[in-house]
Amino acid sequence: MKLRTLTLGLLSASALAFAAHAESITIATVNNGDMVRMQKLTDDFTKANPDIQLNWVTLEENVLRERVTTDIATKGGQYDVMTIGTYEVPIWAKQSWLLPLDKLGDDYDVKDIIPAIAGGLSVDGKLYAAPFYGESSFVMYRKDLMEKAGLKMPDAPTWDFIKQAADKMTDRANGVNGVCLRGKAGWGENMAFLTAMSNSFGARWFDENWKPQFDQPEWKKTLQFYVDLMKADGPEGASSNGFNENLALFQQGKCGMWIDATVAASFVSDPKASKVADKVGYALAPDNGLGKRGNWLWAWSLAVPAGTKKADAAEKFVSWATSKHYAELVASKEGWANVPPGTRSSLYANAEYQKAAPFAKMTLDSINAADPTHPTVKPVPYVGVQFVAIPEFQGLGTTVGQLFSAALAGQSSVDDALKQAQDAATAAMTEGGYIK
Amino acid sequence: MARAVTTQHKTIATAAAWIVALLIFFPILYTIITSFKSEQEAIQGFALIPSGTTESYAEVQAQSGYFKFFLNSVILSVGSTLLAILIAVPAAWSMAFSPTKRTKDILMWMLSTKMMPAVAVLFPIYLIFRDTGLLDSRIGLTVMLMLINLPIVVWMLYTYFREIPGEILEAARMDGASLWNEIIYVLTPMAVPGIASTMLLNIILAWNEAFWTIRLTTTDAAPLTAFISSFSSPQGLFWAKLSAASTLAIAPILIMGWFSQKQLVRGLTFGAVK
Repeated sequence: MKLRTLTLGLLSASALAFAAHAESITIATVNNGDMVRMQKLTDDFTKANPDIQLNWVTLEENVLRERVTTDIATKGGQYDVMTIGTYEVPIWAKQSWLLPLDKLGDDYDVKDIIPAIAGGLSVDGKLYAAPFYGESSFVMYRKDLMEKAGLKMPDAPTWDFIKQAADKMTDRANGVNGVCLRGKAGWGENMAFLTAMSNSFGARWFDENWKPQFDQPEWKKTLQFYVDLMKADGPEGASSNGFNENLALFQQGKCGMWIDATVAASFVSDPKASKVADKVGYALAPDNGLGKRGNWLWAWSLAVPAGTKKADAAEKFVSWATSKHYAELVASKEGWANVPPGTRSSLYANAEYQKAAPFAKMTLDSINAADPTHPTVKPVPYVGVQFVAIPEFQGLGTTVGQLFSAALAGQSSVDDALKQAQDAATAAMTEGGYIK
Repeated sequence: MARAVTTQHKTIATAAAWIVALLIFFPILYTIITSFKSEQEAIQGFALIPSGTTESYAEVQAQSGYFKFFLNSVILSVGSTLLAILIAVPAAWSMAFSPTKRTKDILMWMLSTKMMPAVAVLFPIYLIFRDTGLLDSRIGLTVMLMLINLPIVVWMLYTYFREIPGEILEAARMDGASLWNEIIYVLTPMAVPGIASTMLLNIILAWNEAFWTIRLTTTDAAPLTAFISSFSSPQGLFWAKLSAASTLAIAPILIMGWFSQKQLVRGLTFGAVK
């Protein structure tokens, strides 16, 4: 008995000693398919780096944002790697909250990162986050319904064509809505879509002097077009539909067209989840001939906070997760179609990937068509296509999103919503010291 | 005739009670129903009969270790409750049996701390936790949960103690009982139903607390609230998985509540009807 106790004691002591030797890094992330897949494949990393242990914290997107902001602002040091988006990176990098990624390794090939994405994640030429997967937005449409309507979707449609097609495809008796678009209020929900859409109508959030522009005719045209289109051809209760709700509607065959994230392509073309998997076509987001399309740019990226005490191990992990080697690892285990999209040019040059992902070319074209540093027709003082990369935008964007969602629901007129948006934006900008 | 009216009243009262109970329980019931649906079914609209698939449970199991979160929930809720009782019994005793001019104000002040939104003190608390090395520790979170529930525990115990006639305690004192003997041998046995129901309620409150338990933990001390939160996805359907995770998280406390409902109800209505 004594011997057993002694053995057990020695065993646990040595286990503790081993654990103390291994460095553990904590990674904060969201529950997206690609992220969950990465967690399953980390054996490959820990085998090559036996002295690094990985701890995962998966949180709901908004909770994650709040948690990591609290931690990073107080230099709490709870996380060594954070999953953040293109919105946070420029703001946080300027605050010196993130470490520049300059030790990604010799074979990492930074130049292979798609330029539009790298631009959104860099400040003063330094990369502050490595893209894990990138996305733009485009039109997904039902080829069969388009044919039935006697129309042909061009590769680069105009908003007028979308309206015309939506009118023809709408078949209320059979539960088919011509078009499904986001209506749920939130800076990352309806405002992501509407801000990107407004770019193609020549609108902008602020002029060069940070004066809000909701009182300008371009915004009136954008919002009026959106509300009219959705009233005529959108689904019932559209003002509460976000990405997931529209995804479900499209998969059930209730939408003729859906303009949303390129990452949705893999969901709507999955025969296990989608009733219309073999009938989906893709086209670039619409424009109005003004030189800008209504598509956005986003990349879930991995960054190392300045408060970490394990910067080297953290950067090693970031390098592994966003490398070409990782793409090959996913391809070998789960097929090319499951490789995280939208980050590296080499992936789109890969013939096997092109074969496995029919939406590959359109995704790349959409990403390339977005320019976060010059997002609008008229000049602006900010970075960001579907957002304005300033700390005030989360709150302001959601307030404006609620006003526009109410206009869609018919609770207020387009003019009222725009007037209130102008007032809210003016108040926020004055308070933030941007304007007097 | 009189008997018939009584029966009729009884039936109506029973029916009304059932309707109210069902209304209150319905969100939980629907969560359980949704957990047995596929993701497509879950988002399709209102339906009470699920297809009975257990794929969500399998996925939830495969994705993260439930047991670690469960253990943390048990340690945090039971630990914080015991700690709270230890502090609240003497506090409530003194206020119930030796009230002063200011007792009412003190009680009100204690309750007023519950009126402030938690997020208002997030940064100060976070900084204290950071500087004392308590972030992501069970000890820190146990103390935190104890502190946020302490006003309610003191209030409940105070109410129960007030129902106990002071004369009994006086009699004990006459017989030569010391202060501790008085609390342990006279007061506590009489207040057991009250203390028990306070503990049960506090365990439930601590189990369900989602603001601090998510914000002050990362991996080591994360309880089931963090487990549930990890299944919400910004891109992709997740209602069924979220429901399965929620069902797994509330099951233990639901079962505990079911078995202890008699004590809970007796404690909560203790002193209400004489």
